[in-house]
Amino acid sequence: MSSIKLKNISKYICKNINLEIFDKELLVLLGPNGAGKSTLLNVIAGLIDYEGSVFFGNMPVDKVPANKRRIGYLFQELNLFPHLDVAANIAYGLRVQKQPQDEIKDRVEKLLQIMKIKHLSFRYPKELSGGEKQRVALARALANSPRILLLDEPMNSLDYRTSKYLRTEFKILQKKLGITTIYVTHNFYEAEEMAARIAVLDKGRVEQVGSPKEIFFHPTEAVNDFIGAPNILNCDYCNGLSFGLIEVKCGDISLVISSEREKIEKVAILPEDIYLSNTKPPGPDVNRVKGKLTEIEESSSTVCCTVITGKNSLKVKLPQEIFASMNLNIGDKVWLILAPRKLKTITDGE
Amino acid sequence: MKIYKIFKLKWEIIPIIIFLGIWEIFARLDLMPGQFFFPPFSTVITEFWYLTVSGVLGRNFLSSLIRVLIGFSAGSITGLFVGIIMGWNHVANKALNPIISLIYPIPPLGWLPLLMLWFGIGEILPIAIIFICSFFPILYNTVTGIKNVDKNYIFVARILGAPDLKILSTVVIPLALPNIFTGLKLESGMAWRVIIAAEMVAIPTGIGALMMKAESLIRIDIIIVCLIVLGIMCLSFEKFFAFLEKKLTYRWR
Repeated sequence: MSSIKLKNISKYICKNINLEIFDKELLVLLGPNGAGKSTLLNVIAGLIDYEGSVFFGNMPVDKVPANKRRIGYLFQELNLFPHLDVAANIAYGLRVQKQPQDEIKDRVEKLLQIMKIKHLSFRYPKELSGGEKQRVALARALANSPRILLLDEPMNSLDYRTSKYLRTEFKILQKKLGITTIYVTHNFYEAEEMAARIAVLDKGRVEQVGSPKEIFFHPTEAVNDFIGAPNILNCDYCNGLSFGLIEVKCGDISLVISSEREKIEKVAILPEDIYLSNTKPPGPDVNRVKGKLTEIEESSSTVCCTVITGKNSLKVKLPQEIFASMNLNIGDKVWLILAPRKLKTITDGE
Repeated sequence: MKIYKIFKLKWEIIPIIIFLGIWEIFARLDLMPGQFFFPPFSTVITEFWYLTVSGVLGRNFLSSLIRVLIGFSAGSITGLFVGIIMGWNHVANKALNPIISLIYPIPPLGWLPLLMLWFGIGEILPIAIIFICSFFPILYNTVTGIKNVDKNYIFVARILGAPDLKILSTVVIPLALPNIFTGLKLESGMAWRVIIAAEMVAIPTGIGALMMKAESLIRIDIIIVCLIVLGIMCLSFEKFFAFLEKKLTYRWR
């Protein structure tokens, strides 16, 4: 059993944290910078002193030092040993634990194959790309067959495509290995993509634990501050089209959404995922709507606008300089585009 | 590649040849009050040959070299050892740091009068001076190198199951090598600078002593021979450690 239980953990900003991660589960710890995510991982790994108790399965591990907890940990900066080549980096954990030479060789060989980095085995970290480093670091973390895997924003330094690809690959690998995993990120979409369960951490407190949908549609107040309150529209009419598309009407907003479902209760979209324009956008008349600007709320770098279209009122968030370039005033006509991929749906009973 | 290397070497040699040529011409022109004070390069070379064949240069050079080698290895090995302990262990650092920062700024030659009384005029004296001169800087460079190792590397090694001593030997010391070599490079040259001064003041053998004898005989050619030998030794010691550093770290730095 490799479940993790945290009981009344306090350290630095973290205050009385209680959290359970189930056996073989991939839990995403989501929160803004400085929320205490890394601190919590360091507590689980035993790298820092803390108050409270950590259980692996039913065993308290508070007295177990970090080098005996059997944990795989991927740091934000990855920290590959620069003076060792790829194979030696992966073998490091096995070598220091004095495994037989043959076993080390076999295990490294196998990991190089799983991570598809066999051709890199004699390279040094400075000769690797960001994505390659990522694979090596993961292979190194998995070498000792850890019970638990901790990943601290490991995809931060990668470009969008590489990180998306690696995330998908990692998700499959995690399922295959059945290793209990905590994945830390500050990006909601990344969290949503990875996890069945998300725990939102803010200012050292666990604010909400639940499925991505629960967190998106029913956020607590603190979570709202961090992810942002979505616009939620009630659907009046649904019409299933072919190709897994569904046509939905919410008041006078007509949307086409990709969904396997036949009936949709509500649609939600975050204010920053709606595009606002002062001219009619070119292209087909799908997922776009005309409205009237009724409220402008400026903050340091973004502008939050309220747009009324028929019975619906939508909040739109956009960067200050883009808003300024459009020269808009209250009462002006604007067009909105609702990006189909960013629309979340909810059906009855969810 | 090879041709390029030869050409590069040639270019470096040209200014030296020009310099030696100008030296020779000026000395031959006899602009100075006498050849005594400014011998031409050819005279220096002749004297170098004579001193080498007669064994005088070799004998004195050898005694200086042995002192430098013993003093420098003892000083740097002790410095390295204490530095590793201080860099790794907070308690040791806190206990030793105040004492060492008090003694460190004293110029090595300042110890000479004290050491002369303690050890007398003998072989121990120059070795002790070189020991002091190499111990402190190498200690400081080692401490800095070890303290500068990113904590996360240590965390990673610990999570991968390495006990503390293993972390020190497989991660911390290798990563501190660049800093340690900065100290070794600098101090290997410095050892030669210090020993000459010690030999000039207190000891009857060695290159420094030879120079002092030459001075009393007004043999400027011999002095210049000694200076050239010193220059070459400082340079080759520094280059040796630079080579060693490159050998140990070039793949990953």
